[in-house]
Amino acid sequence: MATKLPRKDVAIIGLGWTGSILAHQLTEAGLDVVAIERGPWRDTATDFSPAYMQDELRFRIAHEFFLRPAQASLTFRNNENQEALPVRSWGAFMLGNGAGGAGIHWNAETWRFLPTDFTARSHLTQRYGTEFLPKDMTIQDWGVTYDELEPHYDSFEYLCGTSGAAGNLKGAVQQGGNPFEGVRSRPYPTPPQKQGFGHTLFGKAAAELGYKPFPQPSGNLSEAYTNPLGVKMGPCTYCGYCEWFGCGNYSKASPQTTILPVLVRKSNFEARCECEVTRINLNAARDRATGVTYVDTSGNEWEQPADIVILAAFQLFNVQLLLLSGVGKMYDPKTGEGQIGRNFSHQTMSSATAFFDKTKFNFNPFIASGSIGMCIDEFNGDNFDHGPLGFVGGGYIGQVQTSGRPIENAQVPFDTPAWGAKWKQAVKDNYLSTIYAPSACHGSCYSYRTNHIDLDPTYKDRFGRPLIRMTMDLHDNELKMSAFLTDKYAEILQHMGANRVEKTPRKGPYDVTKYQTSHLCGGAIMGDNPNNSAVNRYLQSWDVPNLFVQGASAFPQNAGYNPTGTVGALAFWSAKAIKEQYLKNPGPLVHA
Amino acid sequence: MQQSSRRWFLLSSAFALLWSSTHALGATIRGALPFFSKASPPERVVAGTWKYFTSDEATLMEALVDRIIPTDPETPGGKDIGCVVFIDAQLAGPYGDSAWLYTNGPFHKGTKEQGPQSADPPAVQYRKFLAALDHYCRSSGTPFVRLGDDKKDEILHGVEDSKIKFDGIDAKAFFATLVKDTQRGFFADPIYGGNKDMAAWKMIGFPGARYDYRDWIDRHNERYPNPPVGIADHPTWSASR
Amino acid sequence: MRKRRAVLCMSMALAAVGVVTACAYAAQDNQVARDSEDFSAIERGHYLTIVGDCAACHTGPDGKPLAGGRPIETPFGYLRSPNITPDRQTGIGQWSDDEFVSAMSKGVGRDGRHLYPGMPYTYYDKVDRKDLLAIRAYLQTIAPVRKAVDVNQLHFPFNIRASMIAWDALFFHPAPFKPKAEKSADWNRGAYLVEGLMHCGACHTPKNVLGADEASATFKGSPLQGWFAPNLTTDQAKGVGAWSDDDLITFLKTGHNRMADASGPMAEVVARSTSQMTDADLRAVTTYLRDQTPPPPSMATPLAPDDGAVKIGAAIYRDECSACHKADGHGVAGLFPALAHAPFVVSDDPTSLLHVVLRGGQSVATDAAPTSPAMPPFGWLLTDEQAAAVVTYIRNSWGNVASKVDADTVAHERADLAKRTD
Repeated sequence: MATKLPRKDVAIIGLGWTGSILAHQLTEAGLDVVAIERGPWRDTATDFSPAYMQDELRFRIAHEFFLRPAQASLTFRNNENQEALPVRSWGAFMLGNGAGGAGIHWNAETWRFLPTDFTARSHLTQRYGTEFLPKDMTIQDWGVTYDELEPHYDSFEYLCGTSGAAGNLKGAVQQGGNPFEGVRSRPYPTPPQKQGFGHTLFGKAAAELGYKPFPQPSGNLSEAYTNPLGVKMGPCTYCGYCEWFGCGNYSKASPQTTILPVLVRKSNFEARCECEVTRINLNAARDRATGVTYVDTSGNEWEQPADIVILAAFQLFNVQLLLLSGVGKMYDPKTGEGQIGRNFSHQTMSSATAFFDKTKFNFNPFIASGSIGMCIDEFNGDNFDHGPLGFVGGGYIGQVQTSGRPIENAQVPFDTPAWGAKWKQAVKDNYLSTIYAPSACHGSCYSYRTNHIDLDPTYKDRFGRPLIRMTMDLHDNELKMSAFLTDKYAEILQHMGANRVEKTPRKGPYDVTKYQTSHLCGGAIMGDNPNNSAVNRYLQSWDVPNLFVQGASAFPQNAGYNPTGTVGALAFWSAKAIKEQYLKNPGPLVHA
Repeated sequence: MQQSSRRWFLLSSAFALLWSSTHALGATIRGALPFFSKASPPERVVAGTWKYFTSDEATLMEALVDRIIPTDPETPGGKDIGCVVFIDAQLAGPYGDSAWLYTNGPFHKGTKEQGPQSADPPAVQYRKFLAALDHYCRSSGTPFVRLGDDKKDEILHGVEDSKIKFDGIDAKAFFATLVKDTQRGFFADPIYGGNKDMAAWKMIGFPGARYDYRDWIDRHNERYPNPPVGIADHPTWSASR
Repeated sequence: MRKRRAVLCMSMALAAVGVVTACAYAAQDNQVARDSEDFSAIERGHYLTIVGDCAACHTGPDGKPLAGGRPIETPFGYLRSPNITPDRQTGIGQWSDDEFVSAMSKGVGRDGRHLYPGMPYTYYDKVDRKDLLAIRAYLQTIAPVRKAVDVNQLHFPFNIRASMIAWDALFFHPAPFKPKAEKSADWNRGAYLVEGLMHCGACHTPKNVLGADEASATFKGSPLQGWFAPNLTTDQAKGVGAWSDDDLITFLKTGHNRMADASGPMAEVVARSTSQMTDADLRAVTTYLRDQTPPPPSMATPLAPDDGAVKIGAAIYRDECSACHKADGHGVAGLFPALAHAPFVVSDDPTSLLHVVLRGGQSVATDAAPTSPAMPPFGWLLTDEQAAAVVTYIRNSWGNVASKVDADTVAHERADLAKRTD
């Protein structure tokens, strides 16, 4: 029996990027906010100390900062005909845990999606005809446009201090930036990061091949920065311990380095860590959230009443909480009915490994940052003619090698034995002269009728609740796109002077043991009407108007970029709608 | 992995911890960023006594890791660099009993894409494999450790290629785990028992636990000159005697 | 070094009025009503309690504002700060104005007993009666809290309150503040604040064996609660002589400036007091503090780079410190303190430097500078020799010149820190 706590204006589930942004925006509007976070509080000096953060085993291999599957996992199958089995250890994606969420361990690649990404279905059918898209592809328009989100992309970038080169400033294409990007109202807040040898060489080769390379937009800062909240960040030191690690010197954008110092000082904010929300409570009519129920570290159950509930957990757990709380209707892939769980997508990541002559090339791969690298965008979104190619989608391509940590990065040519003297010699011969960037081809992942999330009938979590069940496979469209991008990338590597380039395009079936970014998307998607989406354009639940569902669960499909920039922009956009519209007139912001 | 002690500290410390009948137990943060003057570094693994392996198992393991990473004139092999010390400590910790993983049944063998589904955690898998390998070799007349290098490699290739099978064990899959763990011990920070004297890092030119390359990001195609350092391994921090 | 540590002071250790004893209930009201009805006096009194940082000492672990109970550390044992809320039984609700003024400026409490100089009456004698009564007026308006505090937890013989009569006779000669006609109004305002309510010297002026200020060494810095309250003189290296006026004002206003970040006890002072002072008062304080004749620059030279400890220290610095404080020791303004030309680094007493190296520390958060960056502890990693080497290196690099720190000093500091409960 849950003990009832005093009412709050707002209960936020999860204190990652979106929970922190919403908490800050809503406390600024004078609301009394509590954020309930199932993981621990995380603090730069203690948890990310530069005296022991450089530990590949602890943080990369043993996953210390991630949610432990013992606490919560999911089951997985490729298709409806298989029995889903539990994901016992993380592989294909990593799930953040604790204050800061995945904002602690991300690489801080801070991209904007293309304007046409937000109108994917209407744009592609208009350009290529209605028959061009695969039959069971369920991509759709977002219900929000790039132009509407632009000021909020800007807010997120200035919050983070993003380092980059503008490519399109108020309509004027800029030399050295991404010429394909949407119009931006301001330059990046800080100049681009420096680039290492391998990254620079890639940029040079790409330019020689006629592309327009540009530095990857980076939340690892090129210089010290003070954001609009007054929070200070330091310059990145290119330590090479970024992705999967917390930043020890305040140079990677995260809730810790951008928002939390200001947020915790507010008298109308409180964070309850190590408390796991088990349910969003609804009224009898199921059209209003009355608050949330959570469990503390000693197993006691608490009810936190609130006027507004912000669901700001990771994508999978957003969907799980909606399903377990009875918000909306679970998606059924057979009938296509129901909205919760549909349009699940991920990222179609691929690469090629390039081996160079060690007597001529020394890349010092350990000198890197999380979002270092030179990229090209010629093959992203619909920046190129898909007509003759027979697929849609694409991705940026870049030399984005982020570390030289040897357990992960000691690459050997594929014909090398997996162990023994030859393996040892090959590691020694290639370590400094190999380019290995597993996410070099950052392909989109479009959505399909059959890729979805529901609840598992067999496996339970520690509270006895059903695990989420992921049904996911790669489709021909994505495999073709991946092969195409990988070929283009390999051509550039070859032009850099590699002795040997070994391509690893993404192959099916979807494999839950192989890392392919942590960019899980969809399941509670946004759209322009309740028949095609779980939330409206302001991320407000169609079914429960005082519930707002943040994050990439709102993406109807995933574009060929890292999603965090868009997740951040959507959070600011949603917060603005709550502050300026919802608070004045609580109720649906879009009438169906 | 010292996280538990730090968490205990966090929970037991006086900061903003609320636990009365009207408040939930958990870490409540408000008012100011908390600060902890407590570090949570990993504990150094010291060779000497085995934490998990029996001495016979350890001897067999040393023979195995020396084939997976043989000694060469410049760099020690798996045994001397401490790979068994490393694996032994790992198996005695949360890796060994899958403490952090999802271990609820039922256990069904799934597809490759669904990932390992064994009910046996790694520590048990090691024990079973070592016993089976030992039994296999003794049945053929000679314990593994007394075989010549070529013969040892022949057996390991047999396991790797599924030409040699052991009852009730997915030996091929286990061998891949053994290779992976051995290579992890070779390359992990020496604080975990392997990579003694940072020899593996020296072999490849990896500077280890450094945290500042601002002076080097612009120096393209130059060999980084400074020797490696570990979390707690700093040869330049004491007077040379 | 260890001798200096023994010369710890009493009055540096924040405040405690040793006068609260359980009083018999008295129904009579007294004469505070007149002033307390004057809203502007109350407002001014509120501001003056901030300038005097009364809440720092008089708010206990329970967080009830000004209700006392905070343990005040002195070398002679502990005092607990008394309750100064207007509660009639356990606070100062029954005091007359004169009794309040007497306690504040004469160190003599309501019952005629002498206060312990943990309460800085040795500074408050400079405060105008008008200002004291404004403080009194404000204190009458806050919520009364019923909480009895047992103030005196000192060792013998200091636990005998009469000993303070002798102490006062020796070290305390009350005198009102006298403006200097030849100085500007700004200077005089600064002097009035610094020497009076702000009681800066209580922490920053060295003490004699009985805990009284050493007049000859005003503002030259003094040990404090496991830290060293730094030198505030215009000494170019060890003091703040190299800081501009704006550096000093920015530091007091935000807790941070282009070189330094307030942590330890000063973090509290900034958070509760100086960050809330008016810009005009901070400028006045600066004008006064800067008007000192700087000592001649030191001709000392740094230890040679090939000194054994300096060499080891350089290696440690490169491996552990440079990622934040930079190879050139300049840090990042507002985030990582500069170590080059930093008074706390080259101080003769390296306590603060060792404190942050061994135990880490968090700098202050203010509205203007909310980041509150923290230094992780390195005590678990460094041996005494290594910690000594790295601070010796830092004290003798980038233009810094200071004495070598030896392993024994580190060992003592480590032992002292281990005993601390804060």
